[in-house]
Amino acid sequence: MDIKEKIKQIEEQIENTVKEIKSSRTAQEIKMKFLGKSGEISSLMKNMRDVPPEERPNMGKLLNALRQWTEERFDKLESGLKTIELAKRYAEEKIDVTMPGQVVSDGAYHPTTLVTRELIDIFLGMGFEIFEGPEIENDYYNFTALNTPKDHPARDMQDTFYLAENLLLRTQTSSGQIRVMENKKPPIKILSPGKVYRSDDDATHSPMFSQLEMLVVDRGLTLCDLQGMLDEFVKKIFGNEVKTRLRPSYFPFTEPSVEVDVSCFECGGKGCRLCKGTGWIELGGAGMVNRHVLAGCGINPDEYTGFAFGLGIERIAMFKYGINNIKLLYDGDTRFLKQFKG
Amino acid sequence: MKAPLSWLKDYVDIDVTAKELQDKLFSCGFEVEELLEIGKDISGVLVGEVIECEKVEGTHLSVCKVDCGEKGIFQICCGADNVKKGIKAPCALVGATVYATAKDHVTVEGVMTIKKGKLRGIDSEGMLCSGVELGVSGDMYEGADCNGILLLPAALKNGDDVKHELGLDDYIFDISITANRPDCQSIYGIAREVAAVLNKQIKIPDCSFKTVNSEKSVHITNSAPELCPRYIAHYVKDVKIAPSPAWLKRKLALCGIRSINNVVDITNFVLLEQGQPMHAFDMRTLDGATVNIRRAENGEKIVTLDENEFELNSENLVICDASKPCALAGIMGGLNSEIREDTTEVLFEAAKFARDNVRRTARALGQHSDSSAIFEKGVNEYTVETAMLRALHLIDALYCGKVTEVHVDVKTEYSNTAEKQLTVSIDKINALLGITVPAERMESILKSLNFKVTVNGDTMKLAVPRYREDVDDYPDIAEEILRMYGYNHITPTFIPTAAVTSGGLSERQKAENKIKDVLVGKGLYEISSYSFISEKDFDMLKFDSDSPERAAIKILNPISEDLSVMRTTLAPSMVNVIVRNLRRGNMNGKLFELAKIYLAGDLPIKNFPVERKTLCLGMWGSCTFFHLKGVIDNIAAHLNIKFEYESFEKPFLHPGKTAKITCGENYVGYIGILAPTVADELAIDRTVVIAELDYEALEKLSKPLKYVPIPKFAEYSRDLALICDLGVTSGAIEKEIYSACKYVTDVHLFDIYAGEQIEKNKKSMAFKITFTPKDEPIDDKVDGYVKKILNNLKFKMNITLR
Repeated sequence: MDIKEKIKQIEEQIENTVKEIKSSRTAQEIKMKFLGKSGEISSLMKNMRDVPPEERPNMGKLLNALRQWTEERFDKLESGLKTIELAKRYAEEKIDVTMPGQVVSDGAYHPTTLVTRELIDIFLGMGFEIFEGPEIENDYYNFTALNTPKDHPARDMQDTFYLAENLLLRTQTSSGQIRVMENKKPPIKILSPGKVYRSDDDATHSPMFSQLEMLVVDRGLTLCDLQGMLDEFVKKIFGNEVKTRLRPSYFPFTEPSVEVDVSCFECGGKGCRLCKGTGWIELGGAGMVNRHVLAGCGINPDEYTGFAFGLGIERIAMFKYGINNIKLLYDGDTRFLKQFKG
Repeated sequence: MKAPLSWLKDYVDIDVTAKELQDKLFSCGFEVEELLEIGKDISGVLVGEVIECEKVEGTHLSVCKVDCGEKGIFQICCGADNVKKGIKAPCALVGATVYATAKDHVTVEGVMTIKKGKLRGIDSEGMLCSGVELGVSGDMYEGADCNGILLLPAALKNGDDVKHELGLDDYIFDISITANRPDCQSIYGIAREVAAVLNKQIKIPDCSFKTVNSEKSVHITNSAPELCPRYIAHYVKDVKIAPSPAWLKRKLALCGIRSINNVVDITNFVLLEQGQPMHAFDMRTLDGATVNIRRAENGEKIVTLDENEFELNSENLVICDASKPCALAGIMGGLNSEIREDTTEVLFEAAKFARDNVRRTARALGQHSDSSAIFEKGVNEYTVETAMLRALHLIDALYCGKVTEVHVDVKTEYSNTAEKQLTVSIDKINALLGITVPAERMESILKSLNFKVTVNGDTMKLAVPRYREDVDDYPDIAEEILRMYGYNHITPTFIPTAAVTSGGLSERQKAENKIKDVLVGKGLYEISSYSFISEKDFDMLKFDSDSPERAAIKILNPISEDLSVMRTTLAPSMVNVIVRNLRRGNMNGKLFELAKIYLAGDLPIKNFPVERKTLCLGMWGSCTFFHLKGVIDNIAAHLNIKFEYESFEKPFLHPGKTAKITCGENYVGYIGILAPTVADELAIDRTVVIAELDYEALEKLSKPLKYVPIPKFAEYSRDLALICDLGVTSGAIEKEIYSACKYVTDVHLFDIYAGEQIEKNKKSMAFKITFTPKDEPIDDKVDGYVKKILNNLKFKMNITLR
């Protein structure tokens, strides 16, 4: 048979076969049937030696054209089929992405742990270290050394749980101040977190709660430095736009004593329910450490001054997370706890 | 401390609004907790003149025409008996607000808005009001307590708002006084601060009076000077007990005190104005015209004015005559010497009593009064002196009696009448504040606060007002200056002079954070429960009567029995939390708490107890012993240690499902399933697993991470299914396998089976055993090791290969 004839025949055969091919895999297989080593086109190539030499170049061209055409024909077919097949597969494999995710159930930190960690972080960056004193204190550390002698009316400010004549549950983390100052020489930068106890029980008071006390003692510290440190702290915890205000107050262990307010982070100071319309929220008490307190701890008050600041951790947690009853914090209800996967 | 604005105005020319004054007080250290407008609920009530008044036949009503001046003339139906033509009365027109009263016309039931209405078919365009309907008592406004409508003076102009006339445009400042300022527990004390902050002159109350001779004399002895540093008495004769004038009644009423009679009202007035509790004895009842200040005898009795009888002891101070106690010092007078209608002579008392003694007596007897409240905060002797003079002035001015010359002033060695002198440095004050307050400003501020000031260069010599016992050093002066100068002058600085310190968490604090991280990572929620529990909690968990857990420190003054002992174990709190959760339908949960337990060396406690950090874990619902055990092993892994478990008993745990946890020789804690007996009593029908670990022991045991070189040769592992008796524990087999071959580095139970294919009373346990080579390959030796292990198991424990 004439090779030309043969080429034509193959071309027709390919066109007919192609019509029947339904999958890219078949396309590939059939392509190999024509182009593979023992494929029909390859056998034609082998037949070239039967062609007279003068025709060979021409025939070679024709055969190469056939080979190229076949290749392109199948490649085109295959890629077309692949696109269709992929679309079909995608359609079949489509999932309902709105179905719930498979959550690996995390535990949760207690809100006071979250807040304590956050507060401690801020102060650690300023060179503070942590001191944790005992919760069961004696009268000296909790009161007397804090310039609150026995008949002092300030003792009435806090209802104290007594365990024995001279032993009590500390009413403030300030008792830790004394233990630190007795054993450490200035410069002192201490943070004292922990549980404290007062005989008080309602929606905003719990007989057990947590405080954080900050104490700095060094040469030349001023009330302006206290304000500066509070500003820094408040901005870090509540945001840059929140302002700090000091106003006169009284604590036996500081003089001057101040109450620290921050501009309401809910309404920005315009007045709302959270701040009871005042635009300010009470954060805690602070002041310059009383000279009697320094002297009592063996620190010369003419050489050193200090400032201290104390705040209630639950109070911050309640503001931060919008918790309306302090009791929830000690109740242990999992529906409450699971919300704090910080 | 309640201070009416109208009363403050007696001493200071206040030219700011109540709100502005509130802000000023706040800025200088006096927080106004509540600013109460007296007539806040009353509005639109005018002076009305009844120009016509006709009775409606067969009813109690009268139809009136009421002239309200420029507002017009209104027809008003009135049911009061005292309404008649020509009177003037408060007239609430349509839209006005007044108090609604119950049928008794006395009980206030809220606020109502007046509407146009009909009574028995007759139109009424308003209401004539009684005192009650306007919130005005007879003490507040004379005649306001009459039965019927309130009658107003004819001189008032028709149509004017009645609030000013009735004093309803007044304000009460409820001021929070800090403990260092007992001198401000009085209207005059607050007025001094108001004068200073408004930069006004204070008007000093009149303390002048005339005296007459007396035939009588009074003898006073003070045998308890430590409890009564100062005592002043003054004799007043020819006393005429009568009602007080309206202005005095009104002042007392504004502060919530009922008027009694002129003499008693004067003592109450002085209490409010000066902050000095006074007492008046009926002189006739004082045996021997004698006052004896002494400690009570044990068992001695007194009946106070409110007719309560108290049995006293030597810790209580009493004011006695020659034969009997006549007053409980600083708290309340005795019934036997009370001022009566027919009292004709009075002995006034002004004294300073020791504040802690008054407090202790008041608490011990449960007898508190306005007087004791003030003494507990402390009075000063300056006020003791002026208060007496002020009371005598009022006696004289109000013609209550004749002030005699009999004035007995008993000072003691505890008495302090000297003016305190202070020398302070201006620079030091500024250095403490961190700002520069000009010296002349300091001087003017201190003078406005009644300090006597002499400035000489940097030095300020000060005479402290005698009522300011709180001031004793330059920081107090700095505070006085700053609270008047303004805290807004404090500008933030960032400790520019302080030394750099290296802070950071200690290893302990880091470890604690890490443990919490591990547990939260394992899906546990952290809880925090009260450090105090109930003794009943020990019963709940069936602790023996002599178990160490019951040796708990008791709180002497607990809030309630439920919160009365310091916990010696965290387990009761955890069980209670789980019970609460189950009752609320939270059927599954995993919790932990890291908190202290409190262990007393001896009870009752005398020395500091041990406070030991303890870790409690709890799981309930669809969980098993091994879920929690897995978590505990995770903790061990993080501490780089290994725990061992063996059967154990705890009174509240299932005896077959409880283990002691140890690490080497050391007890670490326990884990177990809540015993069915306990669970039943608590109505728990879900599995509860509890574990408690001694956190401080863990801390000591934990080992730092250390790298062990990776084996040079490949590890091998073999799975062995072993048949053993039912009673053999996994732990025992593990131990045997380890001891049989030193190359074993891990033994892991992965399957357990008992049933048809196994001999009766036997079980199959399948272990994966890992062999790690040391210095040379063990490829060809593993089979030999396995053989040895099997031999040992067979020989020692009668265990065979399945």
